[in-house]
Amino acid sequence: MKYYQYLVRRFIGMIVSLAGLSVIIFTVSRVLPGNPARMALGPTASEEQVEEFAAELGLDQPLPVQYLDYLQGLFVGDLGVSLQTRSPVANDILWYLPATLELITLAMVFTIIIGILLGVVAASNKDGYIDNASRLISFIGVSVPGFFIGIILQLVFGYLLQWFPITGRISRGFEEEVTRQTGFMLIDTLLSGHWAAHVDVWMHLILPAFALSMAGIGQIMRITRSSMIDVQRKDYIEAERGLGLPDWLVVYKYTLKNAFIPTLTILGLLYASLLGNAFLIELVFNFPGIASYGVNAVLTNDFNAIVGVTMTIGLAFVISNLVIDLLLGRVDPRIRLSMEEAT
Amino acid sequence: MSGKTAQSDTQSREGDSLSWLEKRFPPSRRESWARAAKRFLSRPISAAGLAIVGIVIFIAVFAPIVAPHPEHAGAFTDFANSMHPPSLEHPFGTDQSGRDVFSRVLFGYRLSLIMVAVVLGIGVPSGVLFGLVAGYYGGFIETGIMRATDAFLALPPLVMALAITSALEPTITNAMLAIASLWWTWYARLVQNLVASERNEEYVAAAELAGASTPHILFREILPNCLSPILVKVTLDAGFVILIGAGLSFIGVGVQPPQPGLGTMVSDGTTYLPDGWWVSIFPGLAILVVVMGFNMIGDGLRDLFDVEVQQ
Repeated sequence: MKYYQYLVRRFIGMIVSLAGLSVIIFTVSRVLPGNPARMALGPTASEEQVEEFAAELGLDQPLPVQYLDYLQGLFVGDLGVSLQTRSPVANDILWYLPATLELITLAMVFTIIIGILLGVVAASNKDGYIDNASRLISFIGVSVPGFFIGIILQLVFGYLLQWFPITGRISRGFEEEVTRQTGFMLIDTLLSGHWAAHVDVWMHLILPAFALSMAGIGQIMRITRSSMIDVQRKDYIEAERGLGLPDWLVVYKYTLKNAFIPTLTILGLLYASLLGNAFLIELVFNFPGIASYGVNAVLTNDFNAIVGVTMTIGLAFVISNLVIDLLLGRVDPRIRLSMEEAT
Repeated sequence: MSGKTAQSDTQSREGDSLSWLEKRFPPSRRESWARAAKRFLSRPISAAGLAIVGIVIFIAVFAPIVAPHPEHAGAFTDFANSMHPPSLEHPFGTDQSGRDVFSRVLFGYRLSLIMVAVVLGIGVPSGVLFGLVAGYYGGFIETGIMRATDAFLALPPLVMALAITSALEPTITNAMLAIASLWWTWYARLVQNLVASERNEEYVAAAELAGASTPHILFREILPNCLSPILVKVTLDAGFVILIGAGLSFIGVGVQPPQPGLGTMVSDGTTYLPDGWWVSIFPGLAILVVVMGFNMIGDGLRDLFDVEVQQ
């Protein structure tokens, strides 16, 4: 299969997933029992008020019509008006999304760097102390609730040692001094040339990003370790050692490169779990991202906002999966081959 | 068909002299089970995991007897004793309404384990069924089922459960149903994968030729050969379900106060950080311990059966 054919096929798969996702979210939000209008207005509203509001939301239309309206809205980026903030949901999401992207990107960087390093070290000292310790770390990493690790980090590095601020995205004093341009604080502070604020944003990001990366570090470490051990046994590694190549070159250039494929597969899945965990971490650190917005929407029954946030996260996840698949198809031609055989 | 009945007749005649137990579990099978159990327990990690989960299940079942203050599980208030740090009388301290955190943690385990039982009790059988059907029939049935799982998996489970629960009342029952309604997808995928490779084995062809019914082939021939990866995944997932449930109740949907949900307790305690650290920390540790227990068992089983299961 040619690479472009693979690309097209993956792309179609993505569209199908998205269509399915839109059906599921629509079903969840409109077909399940429970009246969004009643929920938004609360128990004190009269029956007529609820009906009027339901009509305003378009809930009195037949279901197929509602679905088409909703699909049409999705295509033009119209997600309705938030019942809570009274502004278009799409605008709200664009406002809150950069904070989450910043957080997740940093968490991803932590995960990759720490996870791969620990995995390589563990593989080189197989069954040694470091290997056993890393096994314990990965056990804890996948077993600890995200919010709990956040609280522990707050206690130790925030309250006890006071190295990092505990909540928020930027210190109050700096907030007014930085103009919002891209929404990414790290970039905005640089554009304003405000160095102190830039450092301040980093300080606010480090604890939540680290808390977010804990689960992934364990997984990446284990998968890197086992694939490194597999590759280490290959003849060509033996040959390179025999030729007298230095250890670090064999480990980091020749072994790690081939051992990276399983890791790459996991990274796609990891992105999803980061998005999910961000819901908890942002809550703990009072971090004004899309997850905080989503949680708030859930707690206030802000039905348009819930649909918008879930759809955005689904989209982010499907796109990240597509990117990983495309990378994999590039790095490892066997994947394209197996796809051809399957059809 | 007549050949088959004749065969089972001879089997039952032979079996008359043996007790039911010996027939169902012949010595050879019992021996291999005993060997597997020994190998499993010889690894400190799996033995520790089994001990942790065993203890947690015990104290969850007998929580009303084991807990020092069982009445503190609900809406009990004793403001005179609120926010006591850990002591001999209250090993995990007391919370803002003077309730014993230790007792509440024991009852919290109860809710967590009930959630695991309900979610996996619904999710695993239905997922396995869909997976068997998809893998066995192939074609458009397979495509349909697998595309459906794709769509479900396009959202992190916590977000999906949050969305479903929010459309209903945010009670613990609805949270459980929400999680169960998406949990089948992983099992459908796992089993479909396994069946797709078993499908071309000779024993399946033999059963088909002998005229066995489709349910017989699916459940009596193919399914037994797929059990070990399913079992590994179930143990790993038990921990995962507890984490999701705790996450939901931490956010505020799912377990509702005054019910002692572990996630709810952690979330309530954050108001009293850092001075009242025990209110959050002990329930959080309790979650960590039981999830780790399940993961340790799962890890041991994975080594034992030598299967790879993705979590």
